[in-house]
Amino acid sequence: MSDAGAEHYPGPLHTPPVHEEPGVAGHPPHHPQLRHHFDDMDQQAEASTLGMWVFLVTEIMFFGGLFLAYLVYRSAYSTGFQEASNHLNVYWGAANTIVLIVSSLTMALAVRAAQTSAPPKTQVGWIVATMVLGAAFLGVKVVEYTDKFTHHLVPGANFQWTGEHPEAAEIFYSLYFCMTGLHALHMIIGLGIMTVIAIMAWRRQFDASYYTPVEVSGLYWHFVDIVWIFLFPLLYLIGFHYH
Amino acid sequence: METPTLTYLNDGHGLASWLLTKDHKRIAILYLVSITAFFAVGGFFALMVRLELLTPAGDLLSSETYNKMFTMHGVVMVFLFLVPSIPATLGNFFIPIMVGAKDLAFPRINLLSWYIYVLAGIFTLYSALSGGVDTGWTFYTPYSTAASNTHVMSAALGVFIAGFSSILTGLNFIVTIHRMRAHGMTWFRLPLFVWAHYATSLIMILGTPVIAITVLLVAAERALHLGIFDPALGGDPVLFQHLFWFYSHPAVYIMILPAMGVVSEIVQAFARKNIFGYSFIAFSSLAIAVIGFLVWGHHLFVSGQSVYAGLIFSFISFLVAIPSAIKVFNWTATIYKGAVSLDAPMLYAIGFIGLFTIGGMTGLFLAAIGLDIHVHDTYFVVAHFHYIMVGGAIMGYLGGLHYWWPKMTGRLYNEPWARVGAIVVFVGFNLTFFPQFIAGYLGMPRRYHAYPPEYQVFNVFSSAGASILAVGYIVPLIYLTYSLFKGRRSPADPWGARGLEWEIPSPPPTANFTVSPVVTHGTHQYAPSKEVGIV
Repeated sequence: MSDAGAEHYPGPLHTPPVHEEPGVAGHPPHHPQLRHHFDDMDQQAEASTLGMWVFLVTEIMFFGGLFLAYLVYRSAYSTGFQEASNHLNVYWGAANTIVLIVSSLTMALAVRAAQTSAPPKTQVGWIVATMVLGAAFLGVKVVEYTDKFTHHLVPGANFQWTGEHPEAAEIFYSLYFCMTGLHALHMIIGLGIMTVIAIMAWRRQFDASYYTPVEVSGLYWHFVDIVWIFLFPLLYLIGFHYH
Repeated sequence: METPTLTYLNDGHGLASWLLTKDHKRIAILYLVSITAFFAVGGFFALMVRLELLTPAGDLLSSETYNKMFTMHGVVMVFLFLVPSIPATLGNFFIPIMVGAKDLAFPRINLLSWYIYVLAGIFTLYSALSGGVDTGWTFYTPYSTAASNTHVMSAALGVFIAGFSSILTGLNFIVTIHRMRAHGMTWFRLPLFVWAHYATSLIMILGTPVIAITVLLVAAERALHLGIFDPALGGDPVLFQHLFWFYSHPAVYIMILPAMGVVSEIVQAFARKNIFGYSFIAFSSLAIAVIGFLVWGHHLFVSGQSVYAGLIFSFISFLVAIPSAIKVFNWTATIYKGAVSLDAPMLYAIGFIGLFTIGGMTGLFLAAIGLDIHVHDTYFVVAHFHYIMVGGAIMGYLGGLHYWWPKMTGRLYNEPWARVGAIVVFVGFNLTFFPQFIAGYLGMPRRYHAYPPEYQVFNVFSSAGASILAVGYIVPLIYLTYSLFKGRRSPADPWGARGLEWEIPSPPPTANFTVSPVVTHGTHQYAPSKEVGIV
């Protein structure tokens, strides 16, 4: 393929392909999951995974705005933030961190099960285990939020703070609810995705030749976990030594 | 010439075949219709602003109504017209064809992005019809969160939702350009239109999420009385400005880069020459996208930003001029000694080069801190960004729409009328916005509905120009619509242009290519002289 013809007016930019279209003479038929606009399963899988990675980049930027706000106010009100953080329950937070890390493990095992054409029961089992752990996380979150409501730690008209830095504490809890709330929303969406994936797995749609949906959903799940890995120390641990 | 063959236009009839389509070409048409409608809405608000400013006294609109008019003009034009304009219509239609693919990588997400766009439009229209919003399109806090009693919430949610539409478009383009290129379509054989959209998509996916979280925080602050941006509650309003401009300055490049891509295609086709410095133009698009992310602070020179930050932002803002100038010089060099034919797309492209140069150069005035403090929040700024957004982005959009109209519709429009339209737009545009440079430099502030009488002469010119500009936009609407029904059938390549899109029938079949193409040349292969007949 040389560009030697550039001096004179060239012919068409493309030539008809020398090979037949796949699926015609003697070629294996299309995989049932191949969409019409892709050439082959590899291209389709690569497009899907790249699409998810790009989407996760947008998610990083989305949470990034909140992390920036956190950074600005933590440096402006560092003592006030420690005082406010002291009122979060480290043990609930730590328990939830462990729950999410284990859910990432079960998620990875679900992907592995699909990749190795494990029976649907195994695939669905790991996916359901992931969902149960995700639901447990949200359950703990409900307990924590209820606690904040009863102690008037929800920003707004009913916010009450008896400590030294009421303004900083209110901003801390504004950020706490925005960040953990958006994270919880992502968890809920993740549970919805996992429900669909579990149904697809139950219908024997995934095997070694086609498991992209499990894989990209797994990428999303791990991402949501990693956000929590950053939220936990920033929100729960900074007040650990505050007296 | 008859077209008995199956095209994307006659492959399926009825409303459902359009509203449920996954064909990138039909989705592009859906976008074309809807952004044209919002362009008219935004234009109406602009005309109200210009009518009010015809006289120094605030006599036509109350100051509150005037505030709502310029706010709705900005919100509709920026988020519902300019950002999606070229990418969602021309980009959606031609990127898959230009890379030799049957469709974008994610056709369903493409359709979803249109529905999200429509939902955003509904929120914004609701905001307008239920009484409007008066914060300016910039939603500056704490006014937008603590003071304004207008419909900030629905407008902010409209912006939030529109952002997702834009993110999905950018995501689809990036994956398509990476993964869907035909055999032999290497990166450096890609048309510059595709390069420009790649750079645009990078900004869409990196910037848009930040405006999304920002307006979400504004909405949360309004609804729940949080204090994140409210100084009365310990918050920092300048943080809002940082977050807002982190997206909204690069958003200007979302608007201008696709137009630059269009111009790169048009100057070659109508000068009959290969682009001068292909890789420089390709990389300058990426350079604009990258540097464009590091200049937002030049909107905060008078917001109490640190002087040292100001110095750095000023310096980096100057740097953006380099890749921009590379493009202008290379387009000029492409036209130089070319066999130039001044058809309507070329008139728009040449208009773009001139107006973009003025808009860009005045941008350097504003990047200089001392001068910016003098002209900050004056009509000088208004004129500057309209030279980029209207003189640049919309001229590029109209040029591209004319250039590819025969391919998209299979019909030829009336060329003499199109040239008249292009000239009317150019004259009307300059008459509208050039006087604003002078008025602004002399001190006329933006966003006031009344002004001292010494500025009236500039405003009369401006309002007169706006009415000419409106005519310039209505003329193409008429002859392009007319061409749909009565226009002559277009051959596959009415311009004698080069590129994969011109090698398939007009309008293209649903699958674009009957067999997947194998590309053997770069897409910019023009004869050195006028040996090809010009239609």
